[in-house]
Amino acid sequence: MEAAPAVIEARHLNLTFPTDDGPVHALKDVDLTVAPGDFISFIGPSGCGKTTLLRCIAALETPTGGSLTVRGMTADAARRARSYGYVFQAAGLYPWRTIAGNIRLPLEIMGYPKAEQAERVQAVLDLVELGQFGRKFPWQLSGGMQQRASIARALAFDAEILLMDEPFGALDEIVRDRLNEELLRLWQRTGKTIAFVTHSIPEAVYLSTRIVVMSPRPGRITKVIESPLPRVRPLDIRDSPEFIRIAHEVREGLHEGHGHD
Amino acid sequence: MSRVLPVLTVLLAILVIWYAAAVMLNRAWVLDQAARAGSEVGFSQMLRETMAQDRPVLPAPHQVAKGLWDGVAGQKITSKRSLVWHAGVTLSATLAGFALGTAAGLLLAIGIVHSRAMDMSVMPWAIASQTIPILAIAPMVIVVLASLGIKGLLPKALIAAYLSFFPVLVGMVKGLRAPDGMQLDLLRTYNASQGQSLRMLRLPSSVPYLFASLKVGIAAALVGTIVAELPAGATAGLGARLLSGSYYGQTVQIWAALFAAAILAAVLVMLIGAVERVTLSRMGFSR
Ligand SMILES: Nc1ncnc2c1ncn2[C@@H]1O[C@H](COP(=O)(O)OP(=O)(O)O)[C@@H](O)[C@H]1O
Ligand SMILES: [Mg+2]
Repeated sequence: MEAAPAVIEARHLNLTFPTDDGPVHALKDVDLTVAPGDFISFIGPSGCGKTTLLRCIAALETPTGGSLTVRGMTADAARRARSYGYVFQAAGLYPWRTIAGNIRLPLEIMGYPKAEQAERVQAVLDLVELGQFGRKFPWQLSGGMQQRASIARALAFDAEILLMDEPFGALDEIVRDRLNEELLRLWQRTGKTIAFVTHSIPEAVYLSTRIVVMSPRPGRITKVIESPLPRVRPLDIRDSPEFIRIAHEVREGLHEGHGHD
Repeated sequence: MSRVLPVLTVLLAILVIWYAAAVMLNRAWVLDQAARAGSEVGFSQMLRETMAQDRPVLPAPHQVAKGLWDGVAGQKITSKRSLVWHAGVTLSATLAGFALGTAAGLLLAIGIVHSRAMDMSVMPWAIASQTIPILAIAPMVIVVLASLGIKGLLPKALIAAYLSFFPVLVGMVKGLRAPDGMQLDLLRTYNASQGQSLRMLRLPSSVPYLFASLKVGIAAALVGTIVAELPAGATAGLGARLLSGSYYGQTVQIWAALFAAAILAAVLVMLIGAVERVTLSRMGFSR
């Protein structure tokens, strides 16, 4: 794994938003290397630039300084090459499309043949355990199921990278646990590289191979923690001493970040 | 019942006021006739005579109702005295103009949403176009087109389109811009083309705005058609009916034509409302 070329590589990445109250330094000198198959989490208080960093990787935002490559290309070239699936904080399903229709949306846009569209839709629906719900409309599904459908939508086409911005932030803890477990299994099955934004410490520790701790004003990376946990993780791993030690380390990282204020 | 009662109450109040107004306005003529004949009129006779004149200043409701009934049911539909026939003439031009205006409003809105240049240049002109009184330009358009040999439905439809494109334009510009940043970003992550975004996101999102605009637009198209039927020469349509009624002092005919137009407008708006309800609930908007 050491020799594999980085999937995402940022060097001295900076982004300043011009606002009415003067410039906001959302990202300052961010250095980051993500290897293929990594599950990397960004954690930090709100306003520390987690979303902005993810949006830069997705080429939805343009950095004002530094360099950023995604799969060896510029971020925008990677976007045009459809390198990633993006899961937003809200499911954002189209109310006028069925669940299957929503998942078919990227496939239609990318011009997949009709037969293959149907196959892929069914496959990802099964993957997120919504196999029976393809014909339902979004309003007929719970919030957790809608969010699962939006993940399926991001998985329907074969993107190497999955970018997720607090996808489970609005869900209750029980649903969240289930979805975390499913997401891990999905990551193991597909071998995708996942970049995941959260502000929950247990979620970050449970899911990630690496945890990136960020702090605000200006948004920057204060600590990167490598997780020694195995890739296969049952939910009760969260009671292990190892898990608790990493969680503690993340919490300290977050406090140190605040110390700079 | 709880919904019907207030409506009936208002209707009753209108009828009472209307009858009272008819008596007041038509009394002068009755008194005048009596004075000429050198006779006296009692109160009850006065009441009867104010409501049974051939050319009252204000016809009583039942006279208008009878005029309307005669015009609708009392004539062969193909007769030139049939209100159904006149309404049909007006309706065909209204629908043609409405279709034209809706298409124009839609195309302009799509252009405005996709091009900054069009956004800056088209909108001021569209707004300016609506500040010109339609009564002033309708006769000019009709006369100019007639001199070019264009008569009948097309000139009227053009006036109708002129009035109905505007609400569609304004509503659709708002509707096509209704998708929020996240929805547009999602399509960007798929590297969707502008055409795909329009087809798969902007147009479906704008449907509720479209229907609101269509309801205003069809009423405007009807007004435009009727105004276009007023200039001299028109012999068919509810507008022509209004005009010939006023030429000959046939107030009952005027009011009957007015009510026919109002009923037509109400039916058209209700039809669009019905399609709207079904469409929006199928598209999951109303939940
Ligand atoms: N489009 C924007 N314009 C101006 N300021 C922005 C914009 N997007 C984010 N910011 C600012 O940048 C900072 C980082 O925001 P964000 O990346 O959303 O933080 P997080 O996701 O960690 O909560 C915040 O101070 C926020 O107000
Ligand atoms: Mg955020």
